[in-house]
Amino acid sequence: MSLAEPAALPVATSAAARPDVLKRLIVRFKASLPAYLLLLPSLVFLALFTYGAMGRVLVDALYQRATPKAPVRFVGLDNISAVLADPAFTGAVINNLIYAVGTAVPSIGLALLFALALSRTHAVNSALRAALFLPVLIPMVAASALFLFIFLPNVGLLDYYIGRLLPVLPNWLGDPDIALYAIMIITIWKNAGYYMLFFLAGLQAVPEDVMEAAHLDGAGPYQRLRHIILPELKPTFLFVTVIAILNAVTQVDHVFVMTQGGPSNSTNLVLFYIYQQAVEHYDIGKASAATLLTLAALMGLTALSFRTMANREGGP
Amino acid sequence: MKLIDALWKDAPLATRGEITPKLGFALTVLLAIVWLIPFLWMVVATLRPASDGINAMAELMPSLKPTLDNVRDAWEIGDFPRYTINTTIICAGILLVQFVTITLAGFAFARLDFAGKTLIFYLFLMQLMLVPVLLIVPNLSLVAQLGLYDTLAGVMMPFFASAFGTFLMRQAFEAIPTELEDAALIDGASLFQRIRHIYVPLSMPSFSAFAIISVTSHWNDFLWPLMVINSPDKRPLTVGLSVFTKTAEGTQAWGTIAAGTLMVIAPLLVVFLIFQKRFISSFVTSGIK
Repeated sequence: MSLAEPAALPVATSAAARPDVLKRLIVRFKASLPAYLLLLPSLVFLALFTYGAMGRVLVDALYQRATPKAPVRFVGLDNISAVLADPAFTGAVINNLIYAVGTAVPSIGLALLFALALSRTHAVNSALRAALFLPVLIPMVAASALFLFIFLPNVGLLDYYIGRLLPVLPNWLGDPDIALYAIMIITIWKNAGYYMLFFLAGLQAVPEDVMEAAHLDGAGPYQRLRHIILPELKPTFLFVTVIAILNAVTQVDHVFVMTQGGPSNSTNLVLFYIYQQAVEHYDIGKASAATLLTLAALMGLTALSFRTMANREGGP
Repeated sequence: MKLIDALWKDAPLATRGEITPKLGFALTVLLAIVWLIPFLWMVVATLRPASDGINAMAELMPSLKPTLDNVRDAWEIGDFPRYTINTTIICAGILLVQFVTITLAGFAFARLDFAGKTLIFYLFLMQLMLVPVLLIVPNLSLVAQLGLYDTLAGVMMPFFASAFGTFLMRQAFEAIPTELEDAALIDGASLFQRIRHIYVPLSMPSFSAFAIISVTSHWNDFLWPLMVINSPDKRPLTVGLSVFTKTAEGTQAWGTIAAGTLMVIAPLLVVFLIFQKRFISSFVTSGIK
């Protein structure tokens, strides 16, 4: 079919149809107006601080200043390649990957253990749940202040009680080989109780009659876990894993308080790198480029869970 | 043994003799104790007199001569009353504006039909994916352009719209029978009157769930206020505590650090212990903040 034909056809009819379409659009807009007004306050702030911020990251990543006071000039993808070539950034990405796996796996495992052990509700279990949940409530900065002493060499809590079991006392936060694992402990301590809540909620969805049938058939605890409970918890696992990875990127206040990324960049994580570029080196171009790369990676991850989220919220 | 039997008395008969669940329970009890040790140390160290010396600092047995000196020192060195006021202003300001924005937007999604509903729904959903903390760099420059650098309003602004809250309110509003609204409509109530007198009062549980999540998360926020606030007298608790810790760490004043930390987390812990059930159910719904 040639292009001229379909173009010619509507012209004949649209002379009559257009005012109609326009009118219908206006009617539809008028009918929608109250809704738009109600959404306006939210949309203004979302536009400024979410979509606008995204746009500014994109633009800022393309510009650079020679000195902090010099005018900006367009540099294209130079910032991105500079960030990718920066050993501090690649180091931070690797640290962050280790940190993500090293915090997500143990905290999710512990959360599952806690939920399985405390799934039946009575006073003792409620108290234990509350104890495990307490760290979730406190600021990461407060947790860091406590763990600064726990990890203190020689006189700190850890060395005082278990130090004598070790041949050489490790310098928990001062040794570049250990520091990253030390800050992981804080994250696991702080988040396991949070993820436990989701597994507790998930366990309630395990059908009672299937469990009873399993008891009658003589299935042991391990078999029930493997063949009934775990398959039922699959969505919970997916959901909690996404949150745990998001937390591994965004919840890094303890790095600020305890190690400042050190010793020798061994605890430098991506968000701390971005902060350093922006606040300490005034390099907005590089900070934006690093933000952009991180956002892209996280959006790839969350796109996977996007459908789940849309379903959770019940669809439009 | 009797205690364990008591704990398992409502378990299915067939499973009561099993040993693995009991081992798992024992391990959980052990870990729950370990989980509480930092809190226990905090309280013991707060009450320990400085005369016990640095070597006794890690001792978890409370001192026989408890003192409030550490609390007094922390109170004097750190400007905690000022920090508490700032954090309260920030949390209250954010929550008040959020109540307005999420009520209006939640109502639009729950009860109104409008062009582009799907598109706007996904625009909101995007905020849930875009973890605001990653956008600190562009948002800091915007806050500076708006002339809000080093102000509490600058700390609050990025959180005024909440997709999570909007979806929570939409869900609550959808559960309210339309007959109630129809009756009000016949009586000539305007849109805002219907929201104010029918939808809001019937959705209080959802508002309180949202308030718990909003206040705890902004009470604990650190990185964003650290970037926006410059003057010492505008610091919120978290930033104040981190500065205070830095200073006291230099002098090895661990008792004072413990006392300062205790002061910062005590309000949240007290409220949590009172409203435990509500907190837990709110956090379950908060999977995505």
